[in-house]
Amino acid sequence: MFGFGILSGVTFLPLVGVAFLLTQKGDDEASLRNIRWATLATTLATFALSLVIWSGFDTTSSAFQFVEEKNWLGSGLVYKMGVDGFSMPFVLLTTFLMPFAILASWDSIQKRVKEYMIAFLVLETLMIGVFCALDIVLFYLFFEGGLIPMFLIIGIWGGKRRVYASFKFFLYTLVGSLLMLVAILAMYGKAGTTDITVLLHTDFPKEMQTWLWLAFFASFAVKMPMWPVHTWLPDAHVEAPTAGSVILAAILLKMGGYGFIRFSLPMFPDASTNFAPLIYALSVIAIVYTSLVALVQEDIKKLIAYSSVAHMGFVTMGLFTLNAQGMQGAIFQMISHGLVSGALFLCVGVIYDRMHTREISAYGGLVNRMPIYAFVFMLFTMANVGLPGTTGFIGEFLSLTGAFQANSWVALIATSGVVLSAAYALYLYRRVIFGVLDKASLKNITDLTPREIAIFTPLVLLTIYYGVQPQAILSATQASVDNLIQTHTALLDAIKLAAAGQ
Amino acid sequence: MPFFVQLAHHFLPETILAVGVMALILIGAFRGERGFGLVDEMAVGILGIALVAIVLSSTPDTSIFDGAYIDDGFSRFMKALTLIGAIVSILLSVDWLQRNGLEKFEYPVLIMLSTLGMLLLISADNLIALYLGLELMSLALYVMAAFARDDGRSSEAGLKYFVLGALSSGMMLYGASLLYGFSGTVSFAGIAAVVSTSAPIGVIFGLVFVLAALAFKMSAAPFHMWTPDVYQGAPTPVTAFFASAAKMAAVAITVRIVITAFPGVKDQWRQIIIFIAIASMLLGSFAAIGQENIKRLMAYSSIGHMGFALIGLAAGDEAGVRGVAIYLTIYLIMTLGTFAAILAMRVEGRYVENVSDLAGLSRTNSWMAFFLAMLMFSLAGVPPLAGFFAKYYVLLAAVDAGLFGLAVIGVLASAVAAYYYLRVVKVMYFDEPAPAFDRAPMALRAVLGASTLALLGFWVYPSPVMDAAAAAAKSLF
Repeated sequence: MFGFGILSGVTFLPLVGVAFLLTQKGDDEASLRNIRWATLATTLATFALSLVIWSGFDTTSSAFQFVEEKNWLGSGLVYKMGVDGFSMPFVLLTTFLMPFAILASWDSIQKRVKEYMIAFLVLETLMIGVFCALDIVLFYLFFEGGLIPMFLIIGIWGGKRRVYASFKFFLYTLVGSLLMLVAILAMYGKAGTTDITVLLHTDFPKEMQTWLWLAFFASFAVKMPMWPVHTWLPDAHVEAPTAGSVILAAILLKMGGYGFIRFSLPMFPDASTNFAPLIYALSVIAIVYTSLVALVQEDIKKLIAYSSVAHMGFVTMGLFTLNAQGMQGAIFQMISHGLVSGALFLCVGVIYDRMHTREISAYGGLVNRMPIYAFVFMLFTMANVGLPGTTGFIGEFLSLTGAFQANSWVALIATSGVVLSAAYALYLYRRVIFGVLDKASLKNITDLTPREIAIFTPLVLLTIYYGVQPQAILSATQASVDNLIQTHTALLDAIKLAAAGQ
Repeated sequence: MPFFVQLAHHFLPETILAVGVMALILIGAFRGERGFGLVDEMAVGILGIALVAIVLSSTPDTSIFDGAYIDDGFSRFMKALTLIGAIVSILLSVDWLQRNGLEKFEYPVLIMLSTLGMLLLISADNLIALYLGLELMSLALYVMAAFARDDGRSSEAGLKYFVLGALSSGMMLYGASLLYGFSGTVSFAGIAAVVSTSAPIGVIFGLVFVLAALAFKMSAAPFHMWTPDVYQGAPTPVTAFFASAAKMAAVAITVRIVITAFPGVKDQWRQIIIFIAIASMLLGSFAAIGQENIKRLMAYSSIGHMGFALIGLAAGDEAGVRGVAIYLTIYLIMTLGTFAAILAMRVEGRYVENVSDLAGLSRTNSWMAFFLAMLMFSLAGVPPLAGFFAKYYVLLAAVDAGLFGLAVIGVLASAVAAYYYLRVVKVMYFDEPAPAFDRAPMALRAVLGASTLALLGFWVYPSPVMDAAAAAAKSLF
């Protein structure tokens, strides 16, 4: 394709849709329908193309595949794309969820539809780019560029406090990322290149690793988000439109975890080992504290947002155990959380579209009028809690197993978070779904429409399928995880040997 | 080398401008009030010819007029930027001048005179040539600031600019005389030879005064005080010229003098540059937050950007100067685009200049809102827009030179600055619409669109700017 490979194709395909949307004029119902269908078709085509990549992906190799390289800015900066076991699942997750985000906005977005769809398609390009980039500056470009469309999505189509939320989202993320930028420049100064494949094998001096690690941590911890820099997330989630929340929870948060796997762990092994206790501490605080906070929320979206922070705590904990179970579990947890939290926000969107409120107290007894909805919501609530048979269980179980090997105290406290998550999730479910349907406004609420059922069916099936058959995802990441752990152990051994020799 | 050979080979753009401006004065004098249109078009043409002459010339670096001027890659690069700034400023101004009854032929003539001063300044290779260029540039600028002579704020701006500018000229002369007194020469190369390893205290004093005066011209903190008032008070197209072309020349001569005349005392001037850079970035970021007038906002923004550009100079090596050159190129595009948008802010025939007048622009004029939003994101340095690469290359140089503290302060200041750029986007996209703007003239829309496209497309095809900047930086070392 013009000398570019299939990864560039999948990354920039959404922009083709944007180009088409720009030619659309008019505000009547027919042209709005055109815009919606064109956007949906673009995201489906992107998903289909990513499936083509997946079918050609060799899961037994830990090397980068589909690599393409172009001369770009000179002096070491190249346009380089490629995927490995770490990034492939995230590319698929992104392309898979985008059509749902578009479908979820089908009727609920009525003003400035064209701009909305364009913002989402641009965001999709930037998100796929983050996971495919093999040049660290290119990565940064996509990583930061994603702020612009998300800022506009929250700010234009968001709720009452959207301005506050969008600014908070933008500035929090920007500050963290800018520190990472300085670290990237320092790495370029040391290694003379920004090619990730080379940087992965560059030995950074011990003290430098510490600083670099902290700078990257500043960025990824905000993005993740980790306690105590998580406060932008509840605001952003609450104010964002449904699809914005879905993408935010399902994909943007994963960029933090992906960043830890791609950069912090392999490039700064020494610092990662030294800082692991810090990560453990922040993770367990996040798990326990934000679960408790979630327990007292009155806003459904805010509750799910806090539960996201808690679940991301499992991810960071699992990643820094640096053993196979922990890391596999963390990656699985991210994929699972992508599906489940995305679906939960869609569930909230369903009742928000009908009632235009997210207050828990405004609901109750929905099971009487919306049995299908009650079932779907229950399934995802259970998956969020980590019920065996759903994806949530695999992720939490594996990362806790890994944590037990690394530090049993951490695992002990983190496990209590599972109990707490059951508490807040079931409490929420009881208040919204069960009880007596005595609110006048709810008397005429309707159950899921065919479109909504079409949205939820694949998500339900996948959540259960991967809950029973996790091997499909685990095997994709296995080679890369094993390779990372081996390299890491070898490096640490070498450092120990050198220390002993002195 | 014979005089005329020097003139034709190495002094061609200046000669074109000097002859051209005299011809235009004659035309203007004969045709009187009716002469504006013709003089204006001819001014653009002459500046364009000078620009072509620079772009096409490929002479080796040469010192001319007994070492008073130098014709090198760096000067050609900066002159090209200055001329682009001047040409676009004239294009932006036509409509504004006509609507305000100010279509006087002196306006393009003053821009040309000032531009001539800038070219001389950029090429200056000794202290006398430097002062000559500086004054020619500044005197024309003072008059331009007060060009709307019936407007009290414009006269005030002109007066303020003149008084403070005269002060800075005095400091420049004082510093220059100290430099001459302690080194015994006015040429940059001669000073460099005298202070190759250590400098007498008098030379350091002179350097401080000279840098202070240049900081005035760049409007870098702590010598920025005139900037917000003058930017706000001066006619908007004049402000565009101040913020674009004039900055190019001032930064260019600052780079040249510290790099070529004081390479031996790098540690001394580096402290000063670092201080100025940090002060400008912090002031530019924090003071802009409360601004309601968009011209004032841009004044503080430009102070911050000058601080950022000086990060590259603080690195003091080839990569740093390359960073400065790239930064100025992108800054020029962003500034001209933004001022094109500001000049298009006209409601029912009346020019408005408050941020709140932009409210809801995305619904009343979606393209203009999109262009201005992209300009704001670029000014904030958000990738993939060009403003990010501007910051990237100066920071890269600073980190390579070990100036981590400066780089960290720089990025944090830019995060603060992002707030007020975002505020403009917020007003345009999130707020309820204010009265719609009148249809902007073609020239403004063209400049706005072209500059935004350049910023959006920079990452696709960056090599022309990158290569030219690298070549420019190389010629200084």
